[in-house]
Amino acid sequence: MKRKNGIFAKIYVGICFAFFYLPILVMMIFSFNDSKSLSNFTGFSLQWYEELFENYEVIQAVIVSVTIAILATVISTVLGTMTAIGLSKSRKFLRDYLLNVNNFPILNPEIVTAISVMLLFSSLRIPKGYVTMLLAHIMFCTPYVITSVYPKVKSLDPSLANAAMDLGATPVQALMKVIVPMIRQGIFAGALLAFTMSFDDFVISYFATGNGVKNISIVVYNMTKRMNPTINALSTIVITVIALVVFFVNIIPSIKKGRVKEQHV
Amino acid sequence: MNKLIELKNLTKNFEDQQVLKGINLDIHENEFLTLLGPSGCGKTTTLRIIAGFEEPSSGEVIFNGKDISKVPPYKREVNTVFQKYALFPHMNVYDNIAFGLNIKKMDKTVIKEKVNKMLKLVGLEGYEKRDVTLLSGGQQQRVAIARALINEPKVLLLDEPLGALDAKMRKEMQGELKKIQKEVGITFVFVTHDQEEALSMSDTVVVMNDGEIQQIGSPIDIYNEPENRFVAGFIGESNIIEGVMIKDYLVEFDGVHFECVDRGFEDHEPVEVVLRPEDLDIVEPEKASITGTVTSVTFKGVHYEIMVETEMRTYMVQTTDYAEPGRKVGLSFGPEDIHVMCKMGNY
Repeated sequence: MKRKNGIFAKIYVGICFAFFYLPILVMMIFSFNDSKSLSNFTGFSLQWYEELFENYEVIQAVIVSVTIAILATVISTVLGTMTAIGLSKSRKFLRDYLLNVNNFPILNPEIVTAISVMLLFSSLRIPKGYVTMLLAHIMFCTPYVITSVYPKVKSLDPSLANAAMDLGATPVQALMKVIVPMIRQGIFAGALLAFTMSFDDFVISYFATGNGVKNISIVVYNMTKRMNPTINALSTIVITVIALVVFFVNIIPSIKKGRVKEQHV
Repeated sequence: MNKLIELKNLTKNFEDQQVLKGINLDIHENEFLTLLGPSGCGKTTTLRIIAGFEEPSSGEVIFNGKDISKVPPYKREVNTVFQKYALFPHMNVYDNIAFGLNIKKMDKTVIKEKVNKMLKLVGLEGYEKRDVTLLSGGQQQRVAIARALINEPKVLLLDEPLGALDAKMRKEMQGELKKIQKEVGITFVFVTHDQEEALSMSDTVVVMNDGEIQQIGSPIDIYNEPENRFVAGFIGESNIIEGVMIKDYLVEFDGVHFECVDRGFEDHEPVEVVLRPEDLDIVEPEKASITGTVTSVTFKGVHYEIMVETEMRTYMVQTTDYAEPGRKVGLSFGPEDIHVMCKMGNY
């Protein structure tokens, strides 16, 4: 009976993985296709990669995506962390209220957020471009940071900050030397979420940008109209980068832990 | 002894609740002072005001002659040992103890020397690299004390520091704390709800209830001469009896006149009388002016706790003699066993 379950479980997991990753695998394979076809693999070539790197628009888009993701991650992480710490000290009514409001951008359909962001910038007559896209990214990333940092702050012993100040630390020193190191897992998780959310965002970016500023998602979207296999190449690179980031994020802490254990032994 | 801290008319309101109702207290150099009272009496709030974590609603905190009630905690010459220690879990023992000195950017070799001295003082040599979260309660306690004392404060504040320890460990730490206080020679302000702890460690005990100080005195004074019914009831177990002070050295209760050692009351003033259970003796009925029937006997280890029902009330007696339930007995006590107090409101 047990063994049977084991087999079913394995098959089930196999189907799930196939469902998740087969499309990506197909795309990756076809990025090395030497013809334009998206259904027949005619031979191996790197021509789409060559074309990709000669494409000025794509290079620009990569720069935009990466810089916006980094800036939005840093700013929303700082903002979200400070908000989470502030919330933990505020009155219950205000805290519950703000935490609920904080869920709106997460639960809201992206398209609604996107249109409201566009309307906001238009009504304020802010010319759309790089800065508006960055602002929009900070806007939708911050709630994720708050959501992942707040539980960590809440679980802190409230006397820790007092203890630090009691020992002569100014409030800023108490924050940097005691509070932040203790909630760093939450901050890190929030930052990672923010980065991935920002890096692959399409809908909100599409509505918040202008003046020819495009990120990778927008460029890919434009390319699909022309059935160009360079998008396969580009997508493969993006997925590889994200996979590497996730891999290292998960691997590095366990390596560190292993080292600490070795020291103890 | 010089006055180090003076609390003048401290009050503290939380929203619409007044938790301190005018605290006046002098704390001296080298003193082991205990704030004792039931939970919610304002003892911890008083401590937090001295530490600087709370601002008083009104009143002054005078430290060495200067009002510090508006000075932030990190500029005060006091350090605190917190109820649950509040050690920094992301640092090892060494870094926890060195925290205050690192903040002051002191020279690394000096820090090392001082940390080692502290580790020796609290008996944790060789524990430098240990993870504080893996230490036992007693060891965490020692780290917390070392972390506070390394800053050489003028006053060490301790907020129920022994509450989380088991009974045996608590006894051990009581002695240890007293020893450390003598060794470093600074003022300790200790908060507890445990009367035995307060009596055995303190130079001065401050009994608090309901945001007010009930009595300030040495442990012996507090125990032997409680000023009111609350103190008598809170410190140890007591038989508290309403009576009348006929004149100096003569008190009446339960319809009998007794010689006593108290004076200074008005003639025929209503008073309350404390008879400690351990001061009462069981004798033959004809040898005593108060008699009754034994209703229950409980073995308590060192002594028996015997309840004796008389015509007026039930007395608690702690004695090494056994008396079986149902037996007619007399209660005997001397004039010095009768403690007369002013009558106060209901408790």
